[in-house]
Amino acid sequence: MIDTSLIDGLSIQVSQMLLVLLLSPLLTGLVRKVKARILRRRGPPLLQSYRDLIRLVRKEAIVAESASWLFRIVPYIVFATTWVAAALVPTFATGLLFSWSADLIVIIALLGSARFFLALAGMDVGTSFGGIGSSREAMIATLAEPALMMIVFTLALVAGSTQLSTVAGIMLSPGVGLRVSIGMALVALVIVAIAENARMPVDNPATHLELTMVHEAMVLEYSGRHLALLELSSSLKLLLYFSLIACVFVPWSLAPAGAPLHVHLIGAAVYVAKLGVAGILLAVFESMIAKMRVFRVPDLLGAAFMLGFLGTLLLFVSRSL
Amino acid sequence: MDKLALDIAHFLAGSLVLVSLMLLYQDRLPALLNVFAFQAIILALSVAWQAYVQGASDLYLTAAITLSVKAIIIPVALHRMIRRLGIHREVETAINIGPTMLAGLGLVALSVVVILRVTVNADVFAREDLAFALSVVLLGMLMMVTRRNAVSQVVGFMSLENGLILAATGAKGMPFVVEISVAFSVLIAFIVIGIFLFRIRERFDTVDLEAMDDFRGESR
Amino acid sequence: MTNWAPLDVLLWCILAHLVTSGVAIPIGRVSWARWPVYGASLLISGVACAYGLMHLIAQSSVAWETVLPLGLPWIGAHFRLDALSAFFLVVINLGGVAASLYGLGYGRHESAPERVLPFFPMFLAGMNLVLLAADAFTFLLSWESMSLASWALVMTHHQEEGNRKAGYVYIAMASFGTLALLLAFGLMAGPDGGYAFATMRADGAPSGLAGLVLGLALLGTGSKAGLVPLHVWLPLAHPAAPSHVSALMSGVMTKVAIYGFIRLAFDLLGPISWWWAVPVLIVGAVTAVLGVLSALMQNDIKRVLAYSTIENIGLIFVALGLALAFQGNGMTAAAAVAVTAALFHVLNHSLFKSLLFFGAGAVLTATGERAMENLGGLLNRMPTTGLLFLVGSVAISALPPLNGFASEWLMLQAILLSPELPQWALKLLIPAVGAMLALAAALAAACFVRAFGISFLGRPRSAAASNAHEVDRISIAAMSILAVLCLLAGIFPAIIIDAVAPAVQTIIGTRMPVQTDIAWLSIVPIAESRSSYNGLLVFIFIAASASLAVFAIHWLASAKLRRAPAWDCGFPDGSPATQYTADSFAQPLRRVLGGFAFRVHEEIHVPLPGNGSPARLIVTVHDLIWEWLYEPLIRLVNVLAERLNHLQFLTIRRYLSLVFGELIILLLILASWT
Repeated sequence: MIDTSLIDGLSIQVSQMLLVLLLSPLLTGLVRKVKARILRRRGPPLLQSYRDLIRLVRKEAIVAESASWLFRIVPYIVFATTWVAAALVPTFATGLLFSWSADLIVIIALLGSARFFLALAGMDVGTSFGGIGSSREAMIATLAEPALMMIVFTLALVAGSTQLSTVAGIMLSPGVGLRVSIGMALVALVIVAIAENARMPVDNPATHLELTMVHEAMVLEYSGRHLALLELSSSLKLLLYFSLIACVFVPWSLAPAGAPLHVHLIGAAVYVAKLGVAGILLAVFESMIAKMRVFRVPDLLGAAFMLGFLGTLLLFVSRSL
Repeated sequence: MDKLALDIAHFLAGSLVLVSLMLLYQDRLPALLNVFAFQAIILALSVAWQAYVQGASDLYLTAAITLSVKAIIIPVALHRMIRRLGIHREVETAINIGPTMLAGLGLVALSVVVILRVTVNADVFAREDLAFALSVVLLGMLMMVTRRNAVSQVVGFMSLENGLILAATGAKGMPFVVEISVAFSVLIAFIVIGIFLFRIRERFDTVDLEAMDDFRGESR
Repeated sequence: MTNWAPLDVLLWCILAHLVTSGVAIPIGRVSWARWPVYGASLLISGVACAYGLMHLIAQSSVAWETVLPLGLPWIGAHFRLDALSAFFLVVINLGGVAASLYGLGYGRHESAPERVLPFFPMFLAGMNLVLLAADAFTFLLSWESMSLASWALVMTHHQEEGNRKAGYVYIAMASFGTLALLLAFGLMAGPDGGYAFATMRADGAPSGLAGLVLGLALLGTGSKAGLVPLHVWLPLAHPAAPSHVSALMSGVMTKVAIYGFIRLAFDLLGPISWWWAVPVLIVGAVTAVLGVLSALMQNDIKRVLAYSTIENIGLIFVALGLALAFQGNGMTAAAAVAVTAALFHVLNHSLFKSLLFFGAGAVLTATGERAMENLGGLLNRMPTTGLLFLVGSVAISALPPLNGFASEWLMLQAILLSPELPQWALKLLIPAVGAMLALAAALAAACFVRAFGISFLGRPRSAAASNAHEVDRISIAAMSILAVLCLLAGIFPAIIIDAVAPAVQTIIGTRMPVQTDIAWLSIVPIAESRSSYNGLLVFIFIAASASLAVFAIHWLASAKLRRAPAWDCGFPDGSPATQYTADSFAQPLRRVLGGFAFRVHEEIHVPLPGNGSPARLIVTVHDLIWEWLYEPLIRLVNVLAERLNHLQFLTIRRYLSLVFGELIILLLILASWT
């Protein structure tokens, strides 16, 4: 009895790990394609990201003379932490074998690890561009943390847990109802997701101007397989945030633990559809808005914090009435 | 049904507080007026919902008046006025958004704590209403304190008044709510118009707006 | 030896420390003097640590007590070893072992060993004695000896001006702290003079004065621990001492202060009122944020570490405040989680802060520089030290799977339990405190990216940095032991939590559920459905994914690598001065948060065209607490001293009339006394 559920859980976990890895370049490709279409260009093919990764991986890595051993291992650490975090967010099923080993706080902290090492890599070569990227990234990440904490607090208040499978289950139940706090938490999480993934209006992923870069400036010196891993990691991170928003706020069709195979397949199909919709929405949003000045970003993240705090406050009020 | 009603009331009141906080960080006048109009719309919806829940049909009238006067007439009039005065591109400086927002959040928390402790025996809807009404009032006062521009101060005062209207609708059986609302709104409108006309007249010895163009120069 | 009571062994250890200290006085100047002194400290601390650990693991609620005929004749000296003392003994002596080992290597470069060696064992002895003291006099005596020994160590290199000021501020603040504690104990003892802790525990706080005693305890222990606004001595004194002493002061002495607070607030004061939590939470949160923000403004590596200590102390006090809030409301399970988080963080901080200070000491030995502006590129020159400093930085930034994250996670779980509290003040304060905690953690990560990145990465900014060399093996051994312990504590938090549980039981009355029974060694603070964390699995996953990526790529694709000049967007720059400096890295954060906290002001002076002088960027950072609180006080004291100085120069007749006047007043009081 126990063995079958163990095998089920393991197979779901492994399939999710592979799914997130395979889908993330496609997601990035979709976003790029839709943005191009909105701008009345044809845009690169949807599978172009895969081709880019394969091409990069085959190339020789060119490393600066002043770089240390840290420069060479950071892409692997960043990839590993991002992949582990992405594998632990329920995408199409809540019955992941290892979902209890890490809750939402751990997932956020894993992304923080990735960011820490990436910022170090930016400083490793000793150029001013890396420094720009790292210091701006430090500022944005620092100001996003209180907002994330408030979002976690709101979710923990509503669901009584920070374990994502439990949160998804409770959000599906009818007891939650219409809550303005959840709407506020959603908007706050979207703002934080945009800031953390280096998307417009916080950072332009397609810019060629170094002084407007944040994420791109940190990876400026990377090439070859290292760059491929970092690109894959940032696609994975985008996928992770979409999965997180879907799992918590749009959790319909998440297959519960122990459900039959066809429920899981339906869950997977719905998940892919959710990703598609989210990608299109992101592309439309990015095309509508201009990049903000770097020192306006704290205002944006402050608004996210305010929404989170207000959501928590309103939840307290409604619970005690 | 009761839970849904409470959820909707909570939703509207919470949105009202959120919009009042949004009023605090607008630094361009047209955006400020638009957010104020939005606040009035949400207030009207909130009052209408209270009318539905309490079964007090005279509150529907208050909602309608709020909607027409505060959401449409006054914002449109103010838009026209600032356009004609040419200050619609003005950006208010030195608001110091960070500490102001934190102070706003602190005020909301404070009013929630005060009202919930004081009104332990009251009806649920009334408590909900009063807690957020006091927040809106305090936020309106905060806005008046932190602004320098006359239009922003007037908007702050009207936002404060919105909070009072919300509080009044929460308490059942308060008479003359409709009349008081109308009177206040008209009073504010006349004050606003009066301020501007008198200021312009005393500054330029004429109310003719063409004459101000000579004084514009490069600074705008 | 084996059937001696643990308390007796520990007391003998303290005596052995004092003997070592005495022996070190005559042999201080000899070149090999550090071997016997540090070696003896190492052994003694090791024995003390082992006995403390044995008492903790034995999980007995039995407390060993003894009374020695020392000190005041009608009181004697009471000593007591319970689980709380045992835990702190383990922490402190672990730090002592590491510092002694490091001192064996680092002490070779010490220019004035005769000023360090006698006081080092005395410092250790004083700290151990505080933990064992069971009456007010012994406690205060040990506390003072700890302060004096560390003051002597701070003044080791007194020729430097900054160190003299550091010592002066330190001794003034230490005296203030002892005064506050003296008043607190005096109030607790009451007019009957019940100075023994057992009497205080039985009687509880004097009625109505519990809040005052708590405030005095907070002032007294907080000044030693480094709470804002009593922290001003810490960034001056900790960097001034030799590196292994800095590690002891930051990593270990501050924990003794926390022990003092826990003993007073949770044990001796009796039943806890919920509102005690409010000042503790507020002070803790403000300390955490202000400490790490100040750390971001510093250029000196050791000052960065000192301010970071202040931040971590703030975090520990936040956890203790949460425990007070929960305990005051009778929510003992939640209080157990909060206290476990606090004690876990005590252990973790002593581990990684000592590691970081040892690393800074290594950098100082290798380059002679403490200013980050003159370092850079050290990772290539000192790879092992760099790796170990990196481990310390990752640990202190609370990143999984290391130990800093485990205790931070537990603290956040305790914060998430706060909605159950009935009081509104707490319900709203704690989410705000939680947000400040998250901000402090993120700022700490930024601070250590900066500290590690500017010092160890990039290109060397000075000749000293480009000529750096790796330090000796003993120092590296000391650092490696701490780094391994950081990793183990992060991967196996369940073991630490269970080890800490007897101490928690002593303080709160309950403990967290047994963690080592849980499958896969996860930690579950409240219930499986609520949240759980498995450090071991996360570590295995990360390691496995990274290895998989390495193998896959090297096997399937290219493993070729070529070194070339940096790309730098096509504008390669030969001068290392164009790299980011420590100040430039902190600039975005300084601009966003510094204006409010430090009244930061930046000025740029650009000379007119044709003028060949360099442009200048001037950044002014104000320490507002020093300017608004301490400088007025200092001025007041100076004014008073000026006025009172006149009493030195009175005539004989004036002196006589002064004494006569006093006598008359006392007689009047006696006459009107009813």
